[in-house]
Amino acid sequence: MAVVFEKPKSLTDVQLHYCPGCPHGIIHRLVAEAIDELGIEGKTIGVAPVGCAVMAYDYFACDMIEAAHGRAPATATGIKRCRPDNIVFTYQGDGDLASIGMAETVHAAARNENITIIFVNNAIYGMTGGQMAPTSLPGQVTQTSPYGRDVNHCGWPIRVSEMLSTLEGPEYIARVAVNNVKNVKNAKKAIKKAFENQIAGKGFSLVEVVSACPTNWGMTPQQALAWVESDMLPYYPIGVYKDRTAAKEAEGK
Amino acid sequence: MAERVLMKGNEAIAEAAIRAGCRHYFGYPITPQTEIAAYMAKKMPKIGGVFLQAESEIASINMVYGAAAAGMRVMTSSSSPGISLKAEGLSYIAGSDVPAFVVNVQRGGPGLGGIQPSQSDYFQATKGGGHGDYRMIVLAPASVQEMASLTIKGFNLADKYRMTSMILADGTIGQMMEPISFEDAEIETYEKPWALTGTEGKRPHNIVNSLYLQPDQLEKTNFERYERYKIVEENEPMWEEYMMEDAEICVVAFGIASRVAKNAVVAARNEGIKVGLIRPITLWPFPTKPLAAAADKVKSFISVELNMGQMIEDVRLATGCKRPVTLCNRTGGMIPSPEQVLESIRNAQKGE
Repeated sequence: MAVVFEKPKSLTDVQLHYCPGCPHGIIHRLVAEAIDELGIEGKTIGVAPVGCAVMAYDYFACDMIEAAHGRAPATATGIKRCRPDNIVFTYQGDGDLASIGMAETVHAAARNENITIIFVNNAIYGMTGGQMAPTSLPGQVTQTSPYGRDVNHCGWPIRVSEMLSTLEGPEYIARVAVNNVKNVKNAKKAIKKAFENQIAGKGFSLVEVVSACPTNWGMTPQQALAWVESDMLPYYPIGVYKDRTAAKEAEGK
Repeated sequence: MAERVLMKGNEAIAEAAIRAGCRHYFGYPITPQTEIAAYMAKKMPKIGGVFLQAESEIASINMVYGAAAAGMRVMTSSSSPGISLKAEGLSYIAGSDVPAFVVNVQRGGPGLGGIQPSQSDYFQATKGGGHGDYRMIVLAPASVQEMASLTIKGFNLADKYRMTSMILADGTIGQMMEPISFEDAEIETYEKPWALTGTEGKRPHNIVNSLYLQPDQLEKTNFERYERYKIVEENEPMWEEYMMEDAEICVVAFGIASRVAKNAVVAARNEGIKVGLIRPITLWPFPTKPLAAAADKVKSFISVELNMGQMIEDVRLATGCKRPVTLCNRTGGMIPSPEQVLESIRNAQKGE
């Protein structure tokens, strides 16, 4: 019988632990497909975060390390500086990357560290049961903002891609989403580009993936994807926020 | 005759680390250890190594974690408040069983404390510092020569046992200059099949990790790690004994305090007091054997420390509280004079 659909080689056979309707499975697949297509599985080293994707080290078939909460860009820096010929990526959530790990994120970007970061923004702390994240929207109800996020009390959500793109350092900053087929396809392109940039030695490439958390948002998977479109994407617009190579090429024309 | 060079304690650590094969240094500025970073910043680019000033102590220890997991000899250095920040990473490094080398050139605490020499991080270094069940090999140099030789030893031990070796020095030894030699340095190398190198499609993926959600697995991992620690405790304690043959009083001191104590021991001998010194060189594993043996011979012990009395607890444990142990100390960056230690010895002689 002909095989018409396979899982990427860069994913192991371990069953994912994610909740029903969680887009982490899609995003894992996109990362693995990019690694497969670029033929870099044998030299890729992945850094897992603390958060829902904490066990990503079991899912990706390349060498993996589990970092401390928020420290993945620093740990990745240590690896990449030792093994510049390897491909090093981190896979991090919003609490990990944009709250506790913001310093590590900003400085890795400022150094133009030649690593790839997959940043999954679902506007909530999923693993710990749905607390307010640095990216939770104004008015968003979470376990620790039970009356809705009050920006006068706890401030505004952080637009990571916009903020990082103000830095001279990074090569490539893009925001994508995985709430429909078209967006998934574009997300794949951006993720692949973020790895290609590293292979070419261009430097820090971060793809922010606007994701969903049906379980902690208290929605069905369909409702969650609709909420991404109606509420998340207006605050976190899809787009390429920085692409140094493309900008240079445009200048040259 | 071996070539001798005049060096600062902190620079001796840096040079010894390079000679031990360390090509990656990640750090963050803090007094009084900055010479280490400055030396590395100058030397590393010229020998194909990496010096990187991180954005924080937290980032630098996590860079060390990554580099260690990648199989490299790597180090960071800091001083007391900075080591507190590195404690998180030290725990992860221990939980992931990767070898690292860390230097703490201690200053007075707690809090921001001061910038003068201290030994007040003894508990932090020998009892944990970070969370969870783990140990670090803690080496306490008492001279610039030992800053160098214990650095090389520290790298060897870290690789041998897949754990962190820490140099627990102080601002005095870090800053003072003495002639030293690197000639006797023996560099050991160990295979690292667990390291992150990329699978090259030739083996299953390596995972460097400290997460075990099943409690029985975490327990098993901790049990196995402590079996390794037991071997360290059996094989690696280091100490120096001075005038202990006929001693009736035993002074215990490490690092810079031991040099003051040695002067006081000589002065007391001149007064006819039978006193000797045991100097722990490894603080973990603590040299319990010579102390237990001394407890059967001497009348009492004096623990000389630059803190409020931390090692004294280990002296009491090692001696099974068989003999009284008194404390002779200064803290906050102050150093006891030989006269102060001598007075303690006289008091011990009188049985006070």
